[in-house]
Amino acid sequence: MSAKWWAAVAVSVAGGLVAVAGCGGSAGGEAADGTITLTVKTFSQFGYEDLYKEYEASHPGIKIKADNIAKLGDYTPKLQQWLTAGTGAGDVVALEEGILVKLMAKPDQFANLLDYGAGSLKGNFLEWKWNQALSTDGSKLVGLGTDIGAQGMCFRSDLFAKAGLPTDREKVGALWPTWDEYLATGKKFSAANTGASFYDTSGSIYQNILMQQGDTTYFDRSNKLIVDTNPGVRKAWDQTVQMVDAGLSGKLQMWSPAWNAGFKKGTFATIPCPAWMLGIIKDQAGPENAGKWDVARVPGEGAVRGGSFLAVPSQSKHPKEAAELAKFLTSPEGQTAAFKAKNNFPSAPQALDDPAVAGAKDEYFNNAPVGKIFGKSAKELKPVYLGPENQQVGDAIGDALTALEQGKLKSEEAWTKALADAQRAAGK
Amino acid sequence: MTRPSRWNRFDLHGSPYVFIAPFFLLFAAFGLFPLLYTAWVSLRSWDLTGDAGFVGLDNYSRLLGDPDFWNALVNTLGLLVLATIPQLLLALIVAAMLNRPLRALLLFRLGVLAPIVTSVAAVAIVFGQLYGRDAGLVNGLLGLVGVDPIDWQASKTSSWIAVSSMVNWRWMGYNALIYLAAMQAIPRDLYEAAQIDGAGAIRQFRNITVPLIRPALIFTVVMSIIGGMQLFTEPLLFGQGDVSGGSLRQFQTIAMYMFEQSFQNFDYGYGSAVAWMIFLLTVIVGVINLLIGRRLRGGTQ
Repeated sequence: MSAKWWAAVAVSVAGGLVAVAGCGGSAGGEAADGTITLTVKTFSQFGYEDLYKEYEASHPGIKIKADNIAKLGDYTPKLQQWLTAGTGAGDVVALEEGILVKLMAKPDQFANLLDYGAGSLKGNFLEWKWNQALSTDGSKLVGLGTDIGAQGMCFRSDLFAKAGLPTDREKVGALWPTWDEYLATGKKFSAANTGASFYDTSGSIYQNILMQQGDTTYFDRSNKLIVDTNPGVRKAWDQTVQMVDAGLSGKLQMWSPAWNAGFKKGTFATIPCPAWMLGIIKDQAGPENAGKWDVARVPGEGAVRGGSFLAVPSQSKHPKEAAELAKFLTSPEGQTAAFKAKNNFPSAPQALDDPAVAGAKDEYFNNAPVGKIFGKSAKELKPVYLGPENQQVGDAIGDALTALEQGKLKSEEAWTKALADAQRAAGK
Repeated sequence: MTRPSRWNRFDLHGSPYVFIAPFFLLFAAFGLFPLLYTAWVSLRSWDLTGDAGFVGLDNYSRLLGDPDFWNALVNTLGLLVLATIPQLLLALIVAAMLNRPLRALLLFRLGVLAPIVTSVAAVAIVFGQLYGRDAGLVNGLLGLVGVDPIDWQASKTSSWIAVSSMVNWRWMGYNALIYLAAMQAIPRDLYEAAQIDGAGAIRQFRNITVPLIRPALIFTVVMSIIGGMQLFTEPLLFGQGDVSGGSLRQFQTIAMYMFEQSFQNFDYGYGSAVAWMIFLLTVIVGVINLLIGRRLRGGTQ
């Protein structure tokens, strides 16, 4: 009986294997003629297509296979699978800032780029960007910086005119050297009853103020949660609450249809603008609103959110060649090319000063000198250490702010809840 | 033993196993293995940086003390009640109406299926418009009778009503069709006899239709409850993709909580523990269901 059973199982398994075999594929990437194929994994848009061609032309033995996943949310779990399985991650992977800070806790999944001569490139990156991917003792470099989310403040000039405020971007920027003055401007705007709110949602305002406090936010450098004792966090919270109390918020959920439609209908007058937000505004507001949106400097001093890195997984069969490619793509020239292709704002000081970046103007935004505005914010930035559970803690505080906006919680209740949730998120 | 006779023996006793093997292989690969693997992961501390080792039942004990999990469970059960009961009652009424000679019957019967074949993206857009805070259709109608606009996502009550209306709308037609099929199997002479005895339409419905479609009723109740325990898509769409289900987790279900822990916080061990808890709860609710169903069935015989 059991022998027959096993025979049946064996036959079935064999059948199954035939079916599964079709899914396998040869990995490795070295062809018979010695050509090395490097696989580059990216998400969203890195703007590297032309750079790949250029690199292949100048390095005859190298072929590049580009593998792109459109959404970061789909890319991250896959990346995790590749790293855990020890295969599939290819030779160069893109790491978004939030993922990088988590992976820094266990850097052995990536090659140390310092071993491949990246140490001399330190001057090619803004200092904080370089340090984000460097282990605390400075012995291991996990990734090289690509872009940064340099910050501006976008505004609707037609709504500003309606409210009797200046519309020239220099004068608008002069309205808000600090966030307190941004609040005062908002109150003036609200008093004019244009029917629009002053900004879209408090979450991003809070995030901007927070990132300008400098040094640390929710965690200290030993990854201890300091959200309740860090005065910078409380200050950012209090300033945001003042704006909610003054009725400046449109209380719109980011990425919701109402938020998307708001760009076209002009339901809010300002929105904090990382460089990549310009593309979103263009898409959502549409060509009929060209020239209505404009970009001014962000209140306070500089602010940067997000941005990415390129790293070489330790599973790569050709770490040396992969590191060379990563170095090329993140070089000032590479970053300038990526900016030209997809508006990804560079993290290399040399690229920031490159005329192609510094002199860039955007026709849609009344020919705003976006290169100059964003470049200034990038250079003024105070570096901030994030910590591995940064996102969870940030989400807890963001949710509390939304509840406050909805009128479900009062300021102190919301703060207490945010702290409790943050402690739970970080303390497991 | 000669070769042909061995082959014959195999053909006789072995081949049935081969014929049924595809199902069991697929089930093992896509049903059993994930189940067991999830159980294994749930006993470990595993996050984005990889597997950090065996932690025993730590994930489960943390789960039992996690207010967000209990909140999600309350939401799930609340939505289950709000979504299942009206859904099945409406389906029953709709099926009874479709079971009568009507003009354009086929059109109506196809019509109740429309929500099932509507793409979720379209559902999200339409319900987003209906329950919008500033320019929503529902708020517009309420405004006509003097009710202030409601921020549907802000409170538990309003968000539950909105989400359960989506569930009811999407699945009512599916259940109605099952009822309709069962109703058509009822012999017509039963109704004729009842008519002669002087029973009206409602009396006929209560004393003939409902008892005779009881197996279909029990089936739909079980399926709706299992679906309700795993409710995910509708509340996610309602919250515009926010897996935390509102600022205070007003409409986060346990399935969303599992997703949040696993794929937003990348806490795979804990997420797997939540997944197993959902499985156990579904089994418990299913068993309770079965017992009640058996009693009901026993009662009439």
